[in-house]
Amino acid sequence: MAVYEQTYKPYTGRLTPEWSRFLIIPRHALRGVFNSKLFTAFYVICFIPLLVEAVLIYLHHNITALAIMNLNARELIPIDGSFFQYFVNIQGGFAFFVALLIGPPLVSRDLRNNALPLYLCRPFSRTEYVMGKMSVLLILLSWITWVPQLLMFLFQSYLEGFAWFRSNLWIASAILIGGIVWILLLALLSQTLSALLKWRIIASGAMLGLVFIPSVFAEVVNFIFRTHWAHIISLFSLMGNVTAGLFGTFDRVSGRMQVSDFNDTVTEVLLLEPPLWCSWAALFLFCAVCLALLAWKVKAYEVVK
Amino acid sequence: MALPASVPEEPIKPQMAHVEPPVIDLHGLSVSFGQRQILKNLRGDLRGKAIGLLGPNGAGKTTLIHTLLGFHPPSAGTAQIFGFDIADQAKQIRELIGYMPERDSFIAKMSAVHFVRLMGELSGLPSEAALERAHEALFYVGLGEARYRRLETYSLGMKQLAKLAQAIVHGPKLIFLDEPTNGLDPPARLRMIKLIREIRDSGHAHIVLSSHLLLDVEECCDEILILRDGQIAVYCNLEEERKSNRKFLMLETRGDQEKFIKALAKLGCEYALSGDHRLKIVLQEGIEVRDLYRLADEEQVQLRRLSYKRDSLEDIFLKAMENGYGGL
Repeated sequence: MAVYEQTYKPYTGRLTPEWSRFLIIPRHALRGVFNSKLFTAFYVICFIPLLVEAVLIYLHHNITALAIMNLNARELIPIDGSFFQYFVNIQGGFAFFVALLIGPPLVSRDLRNNALPLYLCRPFSRTEYVMGKMSVLLILLSWITWVPQLLMFLFQSYLEGFAWFRSNLWIASAILIGGIVWILLLALLSQTLSALLKWRIIASGAMLGLVFIPSVFAEVVNFIFRTHWAHIISLFSLMGNVTAGLFGTFDRVSGRMQVSDFNDTVTEVLLLEPPLWCSWAALFLFCAVCLALLAWKVKAYEVVK
Repeated sequence: MALPASVPEEPIKPQMAHVEPPVIDLHGLSVSFGQRQILKNLRGDLRGKAIGLLGPNGAGKTTLIHTLLGFHPPSAGTAQIFGFDIADQAKQIRELIGYMPERDSFIAKMSAVHFVRLMGELSGLPSEAALERAHEALFYVGLGEARYRRLETYSLGMKQLAKLAQAIVHGPKLIFLDEPTNGLDPPARLRMIKLIREIRDSGHAHIVLSSHLLLDVEECCDEILILRDGQIAVYCNLEEERKSNRKFLMLETRGDQEKFIKALAKLGCEYALSGDHRLKIVLQEGIEVRDLYRLADEEQVQLRRLSYKRDSLEDIFLKAMENGYGGL
């Protein structure tokens, strides 16, 4: 079927391995993503906290620089689990906004343009399609979350020495697991909303609503019932608890409240967070629901029964 | 005419000898959406180079194509494409087929060449080969000059051609074309028909063409499968069907018809009365029309009208709609 021959000929060359075909989607999609100058600018901004983090780690180990700036090493934030947890949380926030910008149109655009039959009439399954679409986000989010955080960890280990690296290896695993859980959650949420709601704006609005409205509702419930158990319905709080658990800073008592009764007797009420296992279970349940919805919506054709 | 209560159990086959394995083999294929049965116990082996899928709206044409593509699971029975089962070997089948959907289908914010290349890669072609074939396919369908334009800016006819390009980019052995001429103006339709015929004549691919436009099917297909209410009403070889009716004549006479009929029988013609003074005759080999004039002259019968009647696809279709299932 050469251009000049103008005839139909079958393809007889080699084929790519089946396992790698889902990566075709992110390869083509990422090219389009960075065509937007606005998004590229935002994506660059996402690296600023990492720059600050790198500078802080560097300053800790550069006495000359500290002397020039009239700073004492003790005055700087210590480089430990809490330090990395703080920056992991900041990058998690940026990851949310990247997912909000990129996630919603990924599936909805295909549904709106009836493109799914074109994908699924090929040796390409629904699972591969979802994996391909999710990996667009997973790749983008990895580059601003766990990948640079691990590099920071290695940077700190390089400056501090092997003993520090060995004794703090758990920080690396916390960065890795926390980062992957968060970006997986964001990718699943945005893909599900994208598949359910065919319009990008509506899907983006729904994603914002699904994250912020339960958080606000949870705070109201917490205030009324003097607890922190309602955090179980807030994605940010759930993820915060899980990350704290991974970095070893989780405490079930996250607040105290002075309550006076009719006899003006003041008692202190402990505000308890849900146990860690509850937070993990809630996240798993959330992911399972998202997967079920994706399996229901991602089809070549909707069947009207 | 009342429809028969049950469909035939034996596969319906066109009346010709075949050696090659069937392109599509239907084994009691049934498909239901909830309580609604869309396809009912379809049986038959389809072997043509270009098979026309005909039927009124809602007959199940598109559902049959979607089921063969693996989009809908069969509720009973199964089917095979080139010997691969649609239930168990969908992936192998999809490597061999191309599909041009009926509805507007494309990927937004992409140029045609990017779109067709992506489709080629998803079919398993390496990136460079997919790009090369995307250019070739777009030139082949006549979109060479517009291949860098975004698909959203294409006219309906151009979108149809882009859909055809994505269906053939990987050089499939079987191409499903669902209403490929829908919404096309006459020149664009002619171009599409020409392309389909070229692909058919290349000998490298079989075509299943679903259409409600009889003329399209007549121009492109050598076999037809007519569906009615989810059942096979007719499956036949169009060319053979035409050949068998080559010497089918309609006569209108005045005079002693009895004598004329006896003379016709003596001549060896098959005949049937179709009303007062009207006859249907199938001429046997070696008998020409001039023999009929001679006979009429001998029997003192006037031939008021004589016309060749050949079953067009429209006749076959209409008969299928009247007759029910199983054949002509």
